[in-house]
Amino acid sequence: MINNPSNRSVTLHISACLFLFLFSFILSDYHQLIITRIMILSIFALGYNVLFGYAGLLSLGHALFFACGFYAAGLPIYHLGWEVPFAFLFAIAISAVVATLIGAIALRTHGVAFMIVTLMFSQVAYLTTLHFSDITGGDEGLVLPEHARSFEIIGVQFDLTSPQTRYYIALGLLSVSVLAVYRWVNGGLGREWVAVRENESRTRMLGYNTFLIKLKAMIISGTLSGGAGAAYALMFAYIGSTFASIQYSIDALLYTLLGGAGTVLGPILGSFIMFYLIDFFSEYTTAYLLATGVILILLMLFFPLGVLGTLKKKWFHWIP
Amino acid sequence: MDLGPFLLLASLEGLVQAAVLSLSALGLCLVFGVLRVVNVAHGEFYMLGAVIAWLVSNTLIGHPLSGFLLALLVAPLFVGVIAFLTDRMILHKINHSPEATIVVTIGMLYVIQQSVLIGFGPDARTIEPPFYFHINFPWFGYSGYKLSVILMAAVLLLMVWYVISRTRLGLVMRATQLDREMAQVLGIPVGWVFGLVFASGAMLAALGSILIAPIRQVHYLMGLDPLLMSFIVVIIGGLGSIRGALMAALLIGMSDGIISMFFSPTLAKMFSTLLVALVLIFKPEGLFGQRQS
Repeated sequence: MINNPSNRSVTLHISACLFLFLFSFILSDYHQLIITRIMILSIFALGYNVLFGYAGLLSLGHALFFACGFYAAGLPIYHLGWEVPFAFLFAIAISAVVATLIGAIALRTHGVAFMIVTLMFSQVAYLTTLHFSDITGGDEGLVLPEHARSFEIIGVQFDLTSPQTRYYIALGLLSVSVLAVYRWVNGGLGREWVAVRENESRTRMLGYNTFLIKLKAMIISGTLSGGAGAAYALMFAYIGSTFASIQYSIDALLYTLLGGAGTVLGPILGSFIMFYLIDFFSEYTTAYLLATGVILILLMLFFPLGVLGTLKKKWFHWIP
Repeated sequence: MDLGPFLLLASLEGLVQAAVLSLSALGLCLVFGVLRVVNVAHGEFYMLGAVIAWLVSNTLIGHPLSGFLLALLVAPLFVGVIAFLTDRMILHKINHSPEATIVVTIGMLYVIQQSVLIGFGPDARTIEPPFYFHINFPWFGYSGYKLSVILMAAVLLLMVWYVISRTRLGLVMRATQLDREMAQVLGIPVGWVFGLVFASGAMLAALGSILIAPIRQVHYLMGLDPLLMSFIVVIIGGLGSIRGALMAALLIGMSDGIISMFFSPTLAKMFSTLLVALVLIFKPEGLFGQRQS
């Protein structure tokens, strides 16, 4: 069974999730907190990768979707006193709607123009959060109230102040996202995405509606990113404009490229490597963005496929 | 102040904005037209121009005018050399592939920005204007330097037009833009042309920032705004169309200046971006561009 390529890759993905679960028993508090953050941002990168790695659309504005989920979860809790699970679902729904709208407009452009348009849309979203700072808290942000620190689903109490609980929730969300993305990219939809990525005009000639295929990628990608944003806001009980800035769009791109675009686990690997690199660098210098820049340039020059992409090409062809 | 004079003041501010914007957008447009790549580090070359101008005019003792003129010479040259090296050492290696170039220039953006932060510090600095005089309108006084910015930008734009349409260098550039393989076959050193065009794009951005530096402040984060504005202009004008870019720069610069005066700068930015969305919906090839197959 283990020799069948598709079984092998399923085993790999499940064992990656299992590994993260077992890992939680030996982690110190500090690393547990960091890995919780990494896992949430991995979901963001995972969503980004659907659009960039599979459908071949390079977006420079994914912070928009992250921030969309972020604020759609945080603001109703802060201003209207909503319950956590409800706010989470609401944020995901809003993200899907926004992704559809933005996709419908931005996908009218191709190539370079698409990158610029997404970049600008996300910049407008960022400016909007700053402009309406009496609602959003602007740069200083808002701290979510006490009642949002715990919630109850079917009688089970979840305490969001406990690092342990947060770790398992993040892991659960990540596992669900990994399996969902795995299913999509290995199904018919995934093949359509790759077809559009490799040759859009040929795909269109074969009778596919490429706009619709790309729009689906955009919606799934945006919804995953929004979900990640909502989870981030709810877990750490803070919403602020920084999370809508261009920096976060670039981070998603960086994680994906580093780990390997077009592989399911690549973005997750990429975010782990980047987080610990930054952790390592910040002991020596505050300008970790300099490291970000240098790594981006070196990656494109020498490893355009990323870590997992290079491994896949050289040895493990079965990694999806 | 009445509405009329206020509108005049707002238009003057808009014109200053448009003058500088057209320089930096023209740089971006030139690079896109010939190399078919987007330079995300464009805003950082803009910032670098102003920072070097500050260094030059601050180390030189004497009349601010001499420092300013020297800066106007030294800073674009320095930025041009850096851009040229970037193109030859990095972009050339990745064959100017559009996606890879965007990622690499994002990397450059961080490298330049953070290097300036380390070397220059996080504080905003001011450059002394090269001369002071006020032109007195019946309703308000207006800085003569600002008017001269409009004039200088116009002269620079004319020079660019002359080089592109009336010299051998411009001919080579246009040939490369039309068909780079054919140009190569005819013995044009396409690699060098690419490097030169990339450098001139960066130099145009640097010139724009030096002109506006005495009015605004010099800061290591000042590059982001011109970058986004140039993007907007280049898209509205139609990617790669120089005439379109200039018209769009005038339109966006003026509207930005006027809306900023009447309402708020944030609102002006939102308006420009909304305009881009509308242009893309109804005329994806830009207002003045040709439809691409």
